[in-house]
Amino acid sequence: MIVTSALIIWKGLMCVTGSESPVVVVLSGSMEPGFKRGDILFLHMSKDPIRAGEIVVFHVDGREIPIVHRVIKVHERQDTGEVDILTKGDNNFGDDRLLYAHGQLWLQRHHIMGRAVGFLPYVGWVTIIMTEKPIIKYLLIGALGLLVITSKE
Amino acid sequence: MHSFGYRANAVVTLAVTILAVMCSMASLSDNFNVPSPTAEVKVLNINWFQKQANGNDEVSLTLNISADLSSLFTWNTKQVFVFIAAEYETPQNALNQVSLWDGIIPSKDHAKFWIHTTNKYRLIDQGSNLRGKEFNLTLHWHVMPKTGKMFADKIVMTGYRLPEEYR
Repeated sequence: MIVTSALIIWKGLMCVTGSESPVVVVLSGSMEPGFKRGDILFLHMSKDPIRAGEIVVFHVDGREIPIVHRVIKVHERQDTGEVDILTKGDNNFGDDRLLYAHGQLWLQRHHIMGRAVGFLPYVGWVTIIMTEKPIIKYLLIGALGLLVITSKE
Repeated sequence: MHSFGYRANAVVTLAVTILAVMCSMASLSDNFNVPSPTAEVKVLNINWFQKQANGNDEVSLTLNISADLSSLFTWNTKQVFVFIAAEYETPQNALNQVSLWDGIIPSKDHAKFWIHTTNKYRLIDQGSNLRGKEFNLTLHWHVMPKTGKMFADKIVMTGYRLPEEYR
C-alpha cells in the first residue's frame, strides 16, 4: 500500500510541478545547516526569471548528479533575456566555478532543472541507502516478491 | 485479510499518512505569520574601484548592516538565510544582481543584528559600466522551515551610487 501510494504521489507531483524530477535527495553537506544529507527537496520549475537567492537544482554538462545550491550572481541580457548565473553552496567557502565544466564561468537557464520550494527532513535516507548499498534494494525486492507469492489471496 | 503482514502494512501506511498530514499542517501554520522585518544598510567606504586586466570593473566596499528579522521566526523555522545583493542595470544587461554578503541566522535570539564588514563576494561587472553607477541594495531573506514550504522576500533600499572615477 505504501509503495503504490508513493508511486501515485510521485506521478501526481510530476504533473503538478511540470518537471521530470519533482523530488531530489540532498546528497552532500554543502547546504548545511539548512539542508542535511538525506533530506528531500520539492522542486518546481516556472517560466519566471531566475533571481539571486533562489535555491536551484542544476546539472553540470557531462555529470549526472544534480547539485542543489543557491544563486548568488545573476546577469540578465537586455535583448535576449538570457542569463548568466553563479551558484554557491551555503556551507562552501567558495563559489561553484570549481564544479562547473572546464572553462565554464556561468550557468545558463538550460542547466537549471528546477527551484527548491519545499523540504522534508530525513525521508531521503531510504534512497541514499538503496543507492549506496544495493544489497538492501535486492533484499527488499526479494522480500516483496516472497510476500506476493506466499499470500493466500 | 487478517494476517500479520496485512495488518502491519495497514498500520505503517496509516502512520506515514498521519506524519505527512502533520508536516503539511506545520507548514501551513507558517502562512499565518505576518512578518515585519526592518533593515538598514550604509556604505561606509569604497575601499577601491579598479578596472581589471580583462576589462571588467571591480569594486570593494565596506558595509554597515543592521536589521531586525525576529518577526520572521515561527515554531516551524529552522534558520533564516539572509543576504545583501547589489542590483543595477547596464546597457548590455537588463538586470545585474551580485550578492555581497550572506549569513545564517540560526534562531530568534540572533535575529536582531548589527555587522560591519567588507563584501564577502567580489562585485565584478560584465564590462566596464560601474563608474558613477546608481545601484540598489536589497536585503533578501529565505526562511528555511523544519518541514514544508520555504518563504523568501526582500527589502529594497535605493539611492546608492558608485564614484565617478576609479580609485
